[in-house]
Amino acid sequence: MRLLTHNMLSSNIKGVANGFPLLIEVEKVIEKQVDFNPDFLKNIFPKIEWQALVQASRSMGYSELPEESPESSMLDSDDFLMKFHHVLLELHLEEGALVCPETGRKFPVNKGIPNMLLHEDEV
Amino acid sequence: MANRPELIAPPEIFYDDTEARKYTSSSRIIDIQAKLSERALELLALPGDGVPRLLLDIGCGSGLSGETLSENGHQWIGLDISQSMLNIALEREVEGDLLLGDMGQGLGLRPGVVDGAISISAVQWLCNADKASHEPRLRLKCLARGARAVFQIYPESVAQRELILGAAMRAGFAGGVVVDYPHSSKSRKEFLVLTCGPPSISSEAPKGKVGDMESCSDDESSGDEENRTVGHISKNLEVLFLLRASIRHRPRKKQKITKKGKGREWVLKKKEQMRRKGCAVPPDTKYTARKRKARF
Repeated sequence: MRLLTHNMLSSNIKGVANGFPLLIEVEKVIEKQVDFNPDFLKNIFPKIEWQALVQASRSMGYSELPEESPESSMLDSDDFLMKFHHVLLELHLEEGALVCPETGRKFPVNKGIPNMLLHEDEV
Repeated sequence: MANRPELIAPPEIFYDDTEARKYTSSSRIIDIQAKLSERALELLALPGDGVPRLLLDIGCGSGLSGETLSENGHQWIGLDISQSMLNIALEREVEGDLLLGDMGQGLGLRPGVVDGAISISAVQWLCNADKASHEPRLRLKCLARGARAVFQIYPESVAQRELILGAAMRAGFAGGVVVDYPHSSKSRKEFLVLTCGPPSISSEAPKGKVGDMESCSDDESSGDEENRTVGHISKNLEVLFLLRASIRHRPRKKQKITKKGKGREWVLKKKEQMRRKGCAVPPDTKYTARKRKARF
């Protein structure tokens, strides 16, 4: 699971007011090579929750992403885009869990696939 | 013979490891899925500016439809309820991210984040509520404003299609049903195209493909539901599916069988296909597909 997906996921449990962002419990992280596409990054940037992305990248062991939300001028800097690209698309959580920030319920991640199936009482 | 999988068992049980592998290794299925996905992508009407988008594949299964999205340069997130199907997708090393989840439980994505959604041969599974606890609802809050969702569906009858549309209308979206080849029972394909947010003036309702007939007219007031794109207006974001799915139509066979029979070329092609699948195939020699005596 890439951080791009993590940034979009939120906890769906009934009664949870704010299920975003899911906290990450890391057991295994792998890095995959993905083609660099600045158009995609610029297009997706407005939809990203920056703080959540930074926190997630830190928990996966990558600390070079700037904490303050970048202004649009930074999007033209290739250096920044490379880091953004790396964090968003190349870092994968293989094994671990996602934790709902409100209820603490864990969604296990196996082979890179988070199990988001809710139990009967959570729907 | 039951030919509707959705009436046999719920999808996470029907698609066990064996069934999942069988589904994915069928060249016919691969072909159909690729075509349907291409068409759905077309109907999404994404701006043709070459910028990759983030799309959602609802009921992605083993990633056959997702591969089409990747081939077109897009990033995607796929959701499926069957672990076996997702395992096959992992084997095939699909580029999209996979989620194990139930589309009827809510997609679990933040509002407004995806640029479009497709669903190929998947939504009909929602129509048979196996769990007493939920009336399956497909919530699409994650669609960005102006984004579209395209569902390839098999409604059982005209009445069913009206029911789906009615539900979509009440719960939600601008859009309608696009029918390709409406007059052919084999080639007929239906796509439910829904747009989130008010439709822009410049985007037209997509026209369905027609065989040799004249092109579909846009007359909405006519009673003929067969080949129309119906437009409706509404605003919010839930679609309620309460209906039964339909019989799968067998797609037309590709090979025309002429009077001369199937020929050496065809036999060689088939043998190559089987080899690729991994079956034990005798080697090709000069005797392959040689004409035998009539009483052979």
